[in-house]
Amino acid sequence: MNTPITAPRDFGFGEDEAMLRDMARKMLSERFSMSRLRELVAASPEPVYDHGHRPSWDEPLWKEIVELGWTGLAVGEAEGGSGVSLAGIAGMVEEAGRHALPSPLVPTLSASLVLRAADSEVARQLLARVAGGATASLAITNERGSWEPGDAPLNATDDGEGLVLQGTARFVQDAFKADLLIASARAGEDLVLCAVERDAAGLSFEADHIHDLTRDQASVVFDGVKIVPGAIISREGASVLRSAWPALLTLVSADLCGASEWLLQATVEYAKERVQFDRPIGFFQAVKHPLVDAMVEIDRARSLLFHAAAEIDAGSAGAEVAARMAKSAASDAAAFISDRAIQLHGGIGFTWEYGLHIYFKRNLHNQALLGDGVHQRKKLADLLIGPVGSSGILNG
Amino acid sequence: MTEANLTPEQLEFREYAQRWLEENAPPPPPERLPITPIEVMTVGQRDYLQDWQYKCFAAGLVGADYPKAYGGHGHTGFQRIANQELNRAQVPFLINIVGLSMAAPTILHHGTEEQKRKFIPGCLSGEEIWCQGFSEPGAGSDLANQRTSAVREAEDWIVNGHKVWTSLGHFAKWMILVTRTSKDDKYNGLTYFLCPIAGHAGVTVRPLVKITGETGFNEVFFEDVRVPDANRLDDVGKGWAVAMTTLLAERGASEGAGSGGGSGSSAIADLIELARNSWRDGVLAVDDPVTRDAIIQRAIVGEGLRQNGRRARVAALCDHPMRLPLQQKLTASEFQQDNARLGVEIAGASASLYKLDPRAPDAGHWPLAYLNSYGNTIAAGTNEIQRNILGERVLGLPKSK
Repeated sequence: MNTPITAPRDFGFGEDEAMLRDMARKMLSERFSMSRLRELVAASPEPVYDHGHRPSWDEPLWKEIVELGWTGLAVGEAEGGSGVSLAGIAGMVEEAGRHALPSPLVPTLSASLVLRAADSEVARQLLARVAGGATASLAITNERGSWEPGDAPLNATDDGEGLVLQGTARFVQDAFKADLLIASARAGEDLVLCAVERDAAGLSFEADHIHDLTRDQASVVFDGVKIVPGAIISREGASVLRSAWPALLTLVSADLCGASEWLLQATVEYAKERVQFDRPIGFFQAVKHPLVDAMVEIDRARSLLFHAAAEIDAGSAGAEVAARMAKSAASDAAAFISDRAIQLHGGIGFTWEYGLHIYFKRNLHNQALLGDGVHQRKKLADLLIGPVGSSGILNG
Repeated sequence: MTEANLTPEQLEFREYAQRWLEENAPPPPPERLPITPIEVMTVGQRDYLQDWQYKCFAAGLVGADYPKAYGGHGHTGFQRIANQELNRAQVPFLINIVGLSMAAPTILHHGTEEQKRKFIPGCLSGEEIWCQGFSEPGAGSDLANQRTSAVREAEDWIVNGHKVWTSLGHFAKWMILVTRTSKDDKYNGLTYFLCPIAGHAGVTVRPLVKITGETGFNEVFFEDVRVPDANRLDDVGKGWAVAMTTLLAERGASEGAGSGGGSGSSAIADLIELARNSWRDGVLAVDDPVTRDAIIQRAIVGEGLRQNGRRARVAALCDHPMRLPLQQKLTASEFQQDNARLGVEIAGASASLYKLDPRAPDAGHWPLAYLNSYGNTIAAGTNEIQRNILGERVLGLPKSK
């Protein structure tokens, strides 16, 4: 446990990383206010919840974001990206979370981190496409909602010319915004990772009807989708996903931290203004103290977030432990502040119009994504304590 | 451990500190030590710990950043390194905690040149033990509600009153003492003294017994106690501001002088070891999923505290400069309490066994640590007061008083 920190003491979060984060913060503050968010995704509940439409997102803003190079942050310089550290990316994703930005940013960054871990010629070509503005998402989750890298949703068979994919990938994030899917399929003993274009023959998308208003999600049906050898990213898919996993957990944790801090500050501001019993409600300790507890939890999650990013950037053996701790802490901190934010706002927080629910739902979605706190802690127990039954003493 | 932001001298000092601690680890104590320095009870414990602090001081690991004129070693940025190494080495704590982390920084900030030269050296070497006279029966969380009075008489002040929860009072040569010198103003009617204790006329120190059955704390009675005006720290009526300096230092918001003792990760290792030796419904507790989850929750909080300390030094990742430092007392005390409570839960039926019982797991450590943990969640401003401070000073919520 007490492994020395080999990563830089400042988490590798220096001037460049701060500049990137500040740029993102400024741009989103100017271009994507709370009223814009509300108007975009929550003008009324009916389109999404009653008629099954996908939530709107700001495509012109997204084009600017792509031009600014945010989607190529995780792509190396050789492939035309900017090769920013995960610490820098985490700071930027926090800002996206803080603004509850509906966009394929996290899925595209996640896909590029998997491609980077694959380290193949095919992967490098795909990374160059991402750096050029292509969006991507991972199709790696099965119908059980298993978030672990060893479980694949699809089966791959060899037809002599390449592979044929069969099956249904579930819970594909922002699937309708993705140009490209990275699919995981079982091929004999290992998993194979394949690149699939959104308009590939045999591929169809069934929209999931979700509560989160800041993304879309789909079940993607692969009915005999043909994969040419030039689209096979890796035949060692399980180990590629395993090595990218800490970074994927870190991205979702960063989004959770950003959104949770926004909820904290919004609730603090409300508690300063809302007067009951002749005092701002923030005077009362029943309001003040839970907000402090939420701050403590968010700070723990943020510190663990940058620790995880720094460990991953340093290639440390402790990366998985750090990332799972970050995801556990971020999921739980998010659950707590989401709960307190609605409750402490009282009646107004319960209304559709006020809009707190947008953050509440984004957090609720991200808490479960890639495994919630309990899930991460189960994995951590195996890593830090040892598997169940490994104590060497006969139980009974 | 590579640290880009340390000077070559600081890096060299870290290596020196590591080497020195390896070569000079003290022998086992003659009797069981309490968990923290605020509960040192016996002369045997005191002598052992005073000797250890003196050795650390002489080696340059204590008082590293204090000026040489005040008995220190005159360096810059060495003490934090020494503290980290003292923690890492898991050597005994430094006994003179009140002198080191409260009296010395307060005197350095508010004292006259003469006071600094007279009082700080003994704080650092541990040769003069200090205690703290802030809390009273009627002044706990409402600290400004001080009743102990000091009345001017020629060159002296005459002190009358009653202080409680005085750690180390029975060994102390000096006390940092807050008194009321005016009834006209609650906050501006307080004055701060450096008061002689041991053998001083009119001072009575009586042990207080805690819920553990142990002493370690005291109450101190003042009956017409004469304190020279030369022992007044800062101006008459400035006692509240001086006391705030002390509390800020104590709560870890300033660079303290290090407490030593066990680190979070050893607490987790101890819990895992306990779970390997405890049973739950016919299986080892270490294989029980709920117990495993609970232990990992503790490990996450511990690592979070460690990383908070790291992040507090990265300005670009701190929106408010006091946000992390002001959390330290709250989070560290609750971390210890929750660890101890989990230890009691894991030990199960055996947690009923207290320190005299030969079958008690870890010699009764878990129930004792749990009972004792309330000392830290209550002392130095209860955790409810800490939540007020954080809510008001960091989040900007309206003041609760």
